[in-house]
This record gives sequence, structure tokens and C-alpha cells, in this order.
Amino acid sequence: MKSLFERGPSLRTRFLIALSCASLLLFLDHRLNAMQPVRSFLTSVVAPIQYLAVLPQQVSDRVDYILTTRTALRIDNERLSNQLLELQMAVQRLNFIESENDRLRQLLGSDVRGTSRRMVTEVVAVASDPFSHQVVINKGSSDGAYVGQPVLDNLGIVGQLVSVGRTTARVLLISDQSHAISLRVQRNDIRVLAQGTGNLQKLALMYIPHSTDIAVGDVLLSSGLDQVFPEGYPVAEVVDIDRNEQFQYARVSVRPYAQLDRVRSLLLLWPGDVDEQPVFDQPDGENSQGEQATKEVTDVG
Amino acid sequence: MWVKAGLIPLLMSYLAALVLMVLPLPPMLEMWRPDWLTLVLIYWLMAIPHRVGLVTVLVLGVLTDILMGSGFGIYTIALLAVAYPVLRHFQRFRNQSLLQQTLFVGLLVLVKRGIVYELEHVLNDAVFNLPYLYPVLTSMVAWPWVYLLLRKYRQHYAIR
Repeated sequence: MKSLFERGPSLRTRFLIALSCASLLLFLDHRLNAMQPVRSFLTSVVAPIQYLAVLPQQVSDRVDYILTTRTALRIDNERLSNQLLELQMAVQRLNFIESENDRLRQLLGSDVRGTSRRMVTEVVAVASDPFSHQVVINKGSSDGAYVGQPVLDNLGIVGQLVSVGRTTARVLLISDQSHAISLRVQRNDIRVLAQGTGNLQKLALMYIPHSTDIAVGDVLLSSGLDQVFPEGYPVAEVVDIDRNEQFQYARVSVRPYAQLDRVRSLLLLWPGDVDEQPVFDQPDGENSQGEQATKEVTDVG
Repeated sequence: MWVKAGLIPLLMSYLAALVLMVLPLPPMLEMWRPDWLTLVLIYWLMAIPHRVGLVTVLVLGVLTDILMGSGFGIYTIALLAVAYPVLRHFQRFRNQSLLQQTLFVGLLVLVKRGIVYELEHVLNDAVFNLPYLYPVLTSMVAWPWVYLLLRKYRQHYAIR
């Protein structure tokens, strides 16, 4: 113990040096955006911590899977094949309408929409910081993910990638306070901007004049005007409108369709007009059941 | 050997604290998650201040920034602000009763979260909500247990 007489610079000097180091980091990252390479490197470094954090959940899932009875599996299987049948019938119709739509667009002289590609991904960690709604997924640059890529779940748009490591990436949810998305009302194509509020169940529409024709229950689709999210995916439903004239704009609250509080499996989307391409695993390289979910799906959007 | 005794157990305790910070919890419990990393760090700064110092705080702060997805430096600055009073007063802190320590720890966690909020507010326009301060209470509840557990841990692995 030599703590009675310290050697070297005093505690205050060391504290001030450390504080200026941290402030320098803050400045470099926030003002100059110079830390992106360091960030993606460190994202890969902390990936083991995130995998360790979801280990208990995975073990319990595994135990759950082992304990599933044959009867339960059979019932599940039957339900799923019925669902598949229904979806296939819907797709037949969709394929016809798609090709018809392409032909009509050609007649009108507009661009035919490119096909987009998807990849299934699992959430591996959730940041508990209420000031940034982010989740970490188990796909990264080695799978072709890129910064600004749209992420969806089976109900609607979830968010976009903000930083990409080698095998993990970070999704900024649409409910984050720093996130806004351009939408249009399905009923009458009014353009609106929805900003996150820090509440997972609520987004707020910005700059809505009191006279705007928008009603509770209106469905909001992505407009594609923000150049990030592809057009036409469901995002949110209007739940509350406050037309109090005291305020300059009407206050409209909308509820996202995507279940942002219980995200497990997500879809990464590569819209048709981007250069990046998904990199799928080789079939023989698959080892766990999570990897088998990674398969190629194409659609028009 | 340049590796001092008990380095591995020390690192393991940091790792456990970091894992606990990002462990997925049900949404109900999520907002009550104690500030594990701050608690563990306060203990080591108090118990072995000649060994765990501001450099450790810097490194852990940067790792927390990455894990939490905040901008670089936000958690680092907040943790440094917690570390300074602990290092300054570690001898007084060691001799306090558990109750006094708990109150002190509550104050430190409050200050830490206050700094994080202020920085997020200035840089990213964060909006304050009261549940953000719930972990101050749970951290105070957790402190005596963390303290007793880590003391046992330190004695068992002879971390000096």
C-alpha cells in the first residue's frame, strides 16, 4: 500500500487529463465524425459481450425447443401449412398484378421498380439507454449490410442501420428521439414527417396544419421520399389528434405497427436501387438453426 | 511476471458488469435495471485505488459508450465524474457504515445519470422522463449486496 504518499502527478491533474481525453473523444465523434472506423472496430470488439448477454435467453429457448411435445409440433405444423397455403394463393394474385403494373408503368414511360432483396436476422442485444432506442443484430458488413439500410419486421418498418461491424450491426429504431421518417397517408396521399418521441408506442407527426385532412385510424405508409426507406411499407396508425388552436400545429400521435418492444427476428432489406448486395451463407456452412432462417427472398418494392 | 495477482478475476468482474448492463430484460423490469457498472467500478476504486484508476475508468467508459450506442465520450465523462470523488475520498468512504455508503452511492449514480442526460440533451436533443431516474433507487438497493459480494470475491481471489 503506497496510497498514503502518492507518486507522480496529483489526482486532480490526472483527472483533468482524463477528462480532456474524454472531451476530445466527444468532440472528434460529434463535431468531426472522425470516429467511424474506430467505432466499427470497437463494435466488433464488444460483440462477445453482447453474445454473452443473450446466452441465457438462447439456452432457455433451446430447452423450450427440446421440451416441445410431438403433438404440439404437429398442431403447429398444420397451422403453418394452412398459413403457407393462404399466402401462396395471395402471392399468385400478387405476381399477376406486379407484372401488369410493370407493363403499365412502361406504357406510361416511368421506371420499372427494381426488385429488393431481404435477409432474416436476429436481435442479439438491446441497449437499455432511454435516450437512444437501438438494438444490435447478428448481421454485419460480412453479410453485405450497410449504414442506412432499412430494417423491417413482419408488421412494418422498424428502423435503419446506423453503424455496422463485421458480424453485428446497430439498428436505430423509428421511435428514437433523433429519428424521423417521411410518410404518406394511405387514404389521400398527404405527406407527413413522423419523429420518434422516446416512447416505443408513439411517434409524433411534425408540422401538421390544423386544417389537414387526417383522421384517427388513418394508415401511414413510407413515402420513399427520404431516400432511405422504400415506398409503400406500413409504418404507423393515427391514434390521437389534438387540434388545440393554441398551438401552431395540430398534435398528431401515431402508433407504429412494428412491435418495437418485442423485436426478435427482423428483416434486412436491400432496395432495388442500391449498389450493396446481400452475401448469403453457403448452404454447407450452416450449423445452427438460426442460420437456416437466412435464405433468399425476393420481392418487388 | 508483470501480471499482478488477481488480474483475471478483476477483469471478469468488469465483464460481468458490462454483460449485466446489456442483458435483455422484460420491459417492466427494464427501467429498473441498477447501474451495475457504476456500482462495480465504485467498489474497486474504493477498495484498491492504487490499482484501479482513471485509466480503467477511461477504457470502461469507452466500452460502455459503444455498448450503449451513445456518442463517444458521453459515458466516459459521466464515469470520470463519479470516479473523481471516490478516489479523492476513498479512505473516508471505506470507513463509513453501509447506510452512509448507500446514500453516497445514490448521489453518485444520480450525478452520473444527470451528466449523461445533460450531454445527450445538448448533443442530441434528448427529452427528460422520470423513469430515467428509477435506477438510482435500485442501485441504492443493490449497493450493500454488491459491496458484500465483491468483498468476499476480493478476499477469495486475494486481489490487492
